[in-house]
Amino acid sequence: MTMTAGTRVGDVPVAPIGGRPRWLGRGVRATGLLVGLGCVILAALASLRFGAYGVPTSAVWDALFNYDPTVYDQAVVRSQRVPRTIIAIGIGAGLAVAGATMQAVTRNPLASPSILGVSAGSAFAVVTATFFLGLTHVSQYLWFSFFGAVVASAIVFAIGSIGNATNAPVRLTLAGVAISAMLGSWTSAILLISEETFDQIRFWFAGSVVGRDLDTFWFVSPFLVVGALVCVFMGHQLNVLSMSEDAARALGMNTGRVRLICAGLVVLITGAAVSVTGPIGFVGLAVPHIIRSIVGPDYRWVLPYSLLGGAIFLIGADLIGRVIMPTGELQAGIVTGIVGAPFLIVLARRRSLAN
Amino acid sequence: MGTSLPELPTVPRGQITFRSRGLSARVNSRVLLICLGLLAVVAGLAVFAMMLGTLRIPAVDVIRTIGHLGDDQYDFVVNTLRLPRVLLAVVVGAALAVSGAIFQGLVRNPLVSPDIIGVNSGANLFVAFWLITGYSWAFVPWVAFVGAALAAVVVYGLSWRGNIAPNRLILVGIGVGEALAALTTLLFVSGTIEEVRPAQVWSIGSVYGADWGDVRLMVIALAILLPVAVAMMWPMQIMQLGEDSARSLGLGVERTRIVMLLVGCALAAFSVAVAGPIGFVALMVPHMARLIAGPLTGSVLILTALIGALFLLLADVIGQHFLPVALPVGVLTSAIGAPYFLFLLYRTTLRV
Repeated sequence: MTMTAGTRVGDVPVAPIGGRPRWLGRGVRATGLLVGLGCVILAALASLRFGAYGVPTSAVWDALFNYDPTVYDQAVVRSQRVPRTIIAIGIGAGLAVAGATMQAVTRNPLASPSILGVSAGSAFAVVTATFFLGLTHVSQYLWFSFFGAVVASAIVFAIGSIGNATNAPVRLTLAGVAISAMLGSWTSAILLISEETFDQIRFWFAGSVVGRDLDTFWFVSPFLVVGALVCVFMGHQLNVLSMSEDAARALGMNTGRVRLICAGLVVLITGAAVSVTGPIGFVGLAVPHIIRSIVGPDYRWVLPYSLLGGAIFLIGADLIGRVIMPTGELQAGIVTGIVGAPFLIVLARRRSLAN
Repeated sequence: MGTSLPELPTVPRGQITFRSRGLSARVNSRVLLICLGLLAVVAGLAVFAMMLGTLRIPAVDVIRTIGHLGDDQYDFVVNTLRLPRVLLAVVVGAALAVSGAIFQGLVRNPLVSPDIIGVNSGANLFVAFWLITGYSWAFVPWVAFVGAALAAVVVYGLSWRGNIAPNRLILVGIGVGEALAALTTLLFVSGTIEEVRPAQVWSIGSVYGADWGDVRLMVIALAILLPVAVAMMWPMQIMQLGEDSARSLGLGVERTRIVMLLVGCALAAFSVAVAGPIGFVALMVPHMARLIAGPLTGSVLILTALIGALFLLLADVIGQHFLPVALPVGVLTSAIGAPYFLFLLYRTTLRV
C-alpha cells in the first residue's frame, strides 16, 4: 500500500477506505457483534465470580436472581462486584467509542479521547479543589471533575476552530495539547507545593473502578449512554470526515458542524468517565486500533465493535488487577497500560495496521 | 570562506547563497536575521539571569567575572552557581527543541515528541524505581540515561520489521510508553508519600543544582549532534516528498531514518539525564519555529534550537526569580509556552 505517499504532513490517514479481507462480509461482521455481546456478558459474569474473596458460582447466581442480603457471599457480590462491573462496562465502552470518534475527527492515530483537554481539565479542577477546599473523598470530585473537563474542552474547541478550516483537525489537536500542557503545569505546581494534596490525589490519578459509588455512576450515565449511542450511529459521517477535508466537503458535508457534534459527544462521554473513575488511559487509544485490525477501517463497524471491545477490555483489566495481587489490588488504569501495550505492539507489527 | 551572491537569477528573493569549493548553502535572509536577533536576546537574558538572586550583581560585573577581567569577588556566585545553571538551561532547551523537530519531521505527525520512542517514560520509570527503593540521588543522571536508552532500544527493536515505518513506530511507541507510564504510576501508588516524593519532584524536570559536568556533557553532545542534524535536513526534505519519490531520487531512506532517530534520541536522552523529563519544549517549540519561519530546513532547525534555548532559559528565570514560590522549570515551560503557542496558532496559517 502507498497510503503515506500522497498524504499531507499531519494528515496521517487512520481509515484507509477498503482494506478488509474478502471473507469479512456484512453477515460475518453482524454475527461478530452478537459474539462480542456474548463475550461482554461472559466477562461480566467472570468479574462477579472471581476476586480476592472466593465466592461460589451458586452465590453469584443467587445474588443476581434471588438476592438474600443476609448471606455474606451474596452481599459481597451485590455491594462490591456488581457496582464495579457495571462501571467498568459503561466506562470502557464509552471511552473506546470516544477514542474511535476522536481519531476520525482529528485524523490522527495518536488521538485519544483526552486530546480535547478533558483529562487535564478534570485533573486541574480536582487538584485545585482538593488544595483549596480540602476535599477528602472521590465522590466529592464528581462535580469539579466534570465541570473542569467540559470547560477545558470548550476552550480547546473554541481556539482550535478559529481560522482556516482545512487545517482544523491539526489545529484542534495542537490546541488540545497546548491547553492540556498549560493546565498540567498548574496541576503539577500545586502538587509540588502541597505534599498533602499529592498524597491524596496520586491514587485518583491511577484511575480505578473500585470503591466508586453506583449512585455517582447512575448520575453521569445519561451523558455516557446518549453520547456513546449517538456516536455509534455517526459511523457514516465519520467515514466521510476521516477521508480528508476537501473530499468530505466535496461530498457535501458540513465538516465544521459534524466536528462540533462529534467533539461535543466525546467530551460528554469522557467527562463523565473521568469524573467516575479518574483518568483511565489507553482504552480510548488502543481499543479502536485493535478493533480496526479485526473488522477493517469502516467506522460503521468500528464504532459498535469498539463499544463492546472497550467494555471487555476494562472489565478484563479490572479483573486482572484484582486476581494478580494476592493482597490488595492493582488499579484498572495501571492494568490497562501494562496489559494493553503488548496487544497494541503486536498489532502494530502486523502489516495491515502499520501501513 | 563563502562569498555572498545574492544577484544570481536562480536564487529566489530573500535568499543568500554561500559557496566554497565543494559546498554551497542557501540561507533565507529573514531566518538568518531572526536567528542573529535571538542569539542576542539569549545572551542578554543569560546575563540578566546571572544578575538576579539573593546577591544582586551589576551586569558589568557579571561579564567581567565570566571573562576573569577584573577582581574575582563574585567568582564563586557567578562561575560556580549561576553560570552552569544558565548554560544548562540554554543547551538543554536547544537539544530538546532540535530533538522534537527531528522526530516530527521524521514521523510526520504534529503530536510527536521524542517521548514517542520512550525516552522520557523510560527515564522516569528507572529513576522512580531507583529513588523509591531508596538509592541515592548521586547516580540519578546515569540511571535516567540508561532508562532512556533502554526504552529507545526496545521501541526501536519492536518497530523494526525490515524497515522502520513511521506509523508502526508511533503505535509501538505509544504501547511501550503507556506500559512504562503504568509501571511508574504503580510505583507512585505503592510507596509511602515520603518514598514517592523525590521521584515525583524529579519527574517534573529542572535545571536546579546544575554543575559544570552536566554542562560539559550537554555542550559536547550538542556540538556533535546539531551539525549532523542540520546536515540531515536536506535528505529529510526529500523524504517529505514521500518515501517512493525519495527512493527513486536515490536517497537511502532507511539509512536517513536511522541516523535521524539516533541523533534525536541521543539529544533527548542526554537532556533527560541532566535535567529530568522537561515537557512541552520538544513538542511545541518546533511548531513555534515553523509558525514563525515556515517548513523545516537546516536554517529553521537552528532557529528551532535558539527558540528552545531562549524558551527554557526564560522559563527558568521566571520560575526562579519572579514567582512567590520558586518553581522548577518543568512547571513553567508549558505555563509560559502554551499561551504564546496558542497566539501563534491563532495568528498564522499552520504549515506542519
